Amino acid sequence: MPSPKRTMFDKVWQAHVVSPETAETPAILYVDLHLVHEVTSPQAFSEIEARGIKARRPDRTFATLDHSTPTLPPDAQGRRPYVTHDAEEQVATLVRNCAAHGITLAGWDSADRGIVHVMAPELGLTQPGSVVVCGDSHTATHGAFGALAFGIGTSEVAHVLATQCLLQRKPKTLLVEIGGRLSAGVSAKDLALAMIAALGFGGGAGFVIEYAGEAVRALDMESRMTLCNMTIEAGARAGMIAPDEKTIEYLRGRRHIPRSDAFDKSAEAWLAFASDPGAPYDSEIRLDASGVAPMATWGTTPDASAPIGALIPAPQSDSDHKALAYMGFAGGAATTGHPIDIVFIGSCTNGRISDLRAAASVLRGRRVKAGIRVLVAPGSEAVRREAEAEGLDRIFTDAGAEWRLPGCSMCIAMNGDFAPPGSLTVSTSNRNFEGRQGKGARTILASPATAAASAVAGVLSDPRPFLAEAAHA
Amino acid sequence: MPDPFRALTSRTMVLPQASIDTDQIIPARFLTTTSRKGLGKHAFQDWRYDATGAPIAEFALNAVDPADHRILVAGENFACGSSREHAPWALLDYGFRAIISTSIADIFTSNALKNGLLPIEVDAATHAALLERPGYEVTIDLEQCELRFANLAPVAFRVEAFARHCLLEGVDPLGWLLEQTPAILAHETAHHLERTP
Repeated sequence: MPSPKRTMFDKVWQAHVVSPETAETPAILYVDLHLVHEVTSPQAFSEIEARGIKARRPDRTFATLDHSTPTLPPDAQGRRPYVTHDAEEQVATLVRNCAAHGITLAGWDSADRGIVHVMAPELGLTQPGSVVVCGDSHTATHGAFGALAFGIGTSEVAHVLATQCLLQRKPKTLLVEIGGRLSAGVSAKDLALAMIAALGFGGGAGFVIEYAGEAVRALDMESRMTLCNMTIEAGARAGMIAPDEKTIEYLRGRRHIPRSDAFDKSAEAWLAFASDPGAPYDSEIRLDASGVAPMATWGTTPDASAPIGALIPAPQSDSDHKALAYMGFAGGAATTGHPIDIVFIGSCTNGRISDLRAAASVLRGRRVKAGIRVLVAPGSEAVRREAEAEGLDRIFTDAGAEWRLPGCSMCIAMNGDFAPPGSLTVSTSNRNFEGRQGKGARTILASPATAAASAVAGVLSDPRPFLAEAAHA
Repeated sequence: MPDPFRALTSRTMVLPQASIDTDQIIPARFLTTTSRKGLGKHAFQDWRYDATGAPIAEFALNAVDPADHRILVAGENFACGSSREHAPWALLDYGFRAIISTSIADIFTSNALKNGLLPIEVDAATHAALLERPGYEVTIDLEQCELRFANLAPVAFRVEAFARHCLLEGVDPLGWLLEQTPAILAHETAHHLERTP
């Protein structure tokens, strides 16, 4: 007899099962929201068109341009500086595909355009209790709202376009209960890096994670998105946080959210998706946020991190040796002694307004150290507008940083924004893999405040002294 | 629609590194393609070619003939990271039909199976034995779900039942899903998910 107490995941899963799994076949799972971008969709559209099929639910499909798009403005003739003809053609292909299938696209002319995982929550597309998919592994971001959200491959993009459904085996559940509170100057990014270090790079494989506990409840919605975003870096496909009053208040009034009486009814239904007290999980771990310090990676996987200023652990495996050799770091030494070349602030992990405010609070009235290139790419047009209205763009440019157009930019480095071979970048993005930010480029993952402090100091730096000074200024 | 996969006998190529991510398998700068084809020449690009673009002779993918090395034995936590299906496309286009590791990332597994590239997870002892024997001949029998070797005991493996069925019988998963349209319609009606005009 299964427990009548259900987890949030169980509730969302059961509400979307079109037909249950059997020994022979996976469950058919209904998708409420399908997000599409230019990189992982062209072959999916070709696939359904070869079968003579139109998108089944264009009203549940939303597209944006983010990965291949230049972050420098067009020239006087209106030509955008695409990195290659292929990149331009890929964008044009999505424009054509959306027109052919009646799918709303936040294109170049749209005030909504942004990184897919920044844009959808802003518009109220992401809703609690829903199933959200996208051909992008950071789709886990939307779990911050109590949605079951996960990345899929291009063949599955075709499945969803054609049927609005996916074939899925039910994953296991892992409760990550985080007690305590983050201390001042420590952000959700630091918590995410600490969580991945605790779980291990593949430690979440096969699980959907539910983040709960005092520290998670205390996070604002943008911080919750940062935490859920990094779930895939622990190998778990989805991370979820129960909807609460913060979720409801974030959603109120957004474009795709019901209004007035319908809102109250929706809000009540959303809150009911929270896990029942005592609901069973397949696995559970407990972490404490109060001991988390500003974190930074030292290796070439996101789990290889340590508090800033702590010594890099002695290598324990061939992989550790290889990672340290690539990074040019040594076990037993600190990561804070290496001059940095580039700072990147942006991405679906840390490209939201609160991230830019955190970076600006460090850079206000300060200068980037000579010789360091700082790129700030807002996560969306809405973030760009809000930042410019607050004057954050001026704080960045006065400090010597470049203020770019919204997009994935140097996180995935496929649009022409990349770090040269051998260079060392402190980045607010999500992956420090070899060559992720450019062939031969070396990446340290950290929070926006840490990235900004490092830009000023010229080496990886704990942001807390900078934040304390800013507070007294 | 992938080619059916019933059995394969081939030699192994070994990449022992742990946590080979999909950015290594196919770097992001090659993702601007709108086709599934032609990515094999960029598989492991940054490990395979030097700064001048010349192949690095001793790197495994350059050192042997892919036509008779169709099984990749890789370190644990293979193909973690990005969901890009370009990773299995690149590996298939290079010539691989199967991957063996102790753990293989789940989005990659799902992507690979839909393209006829068979991901196989094995125990640590089998994995260690294969890592020590590059070029070893392995028979993958998908009907029996068994790996067979010349001088080692056979090893059973598991593949998700529906994906295995599709590979063995040449069933098209999207075609099968499309046949479930009546159930999908019933779900939409029952949950008031009809399209709003």
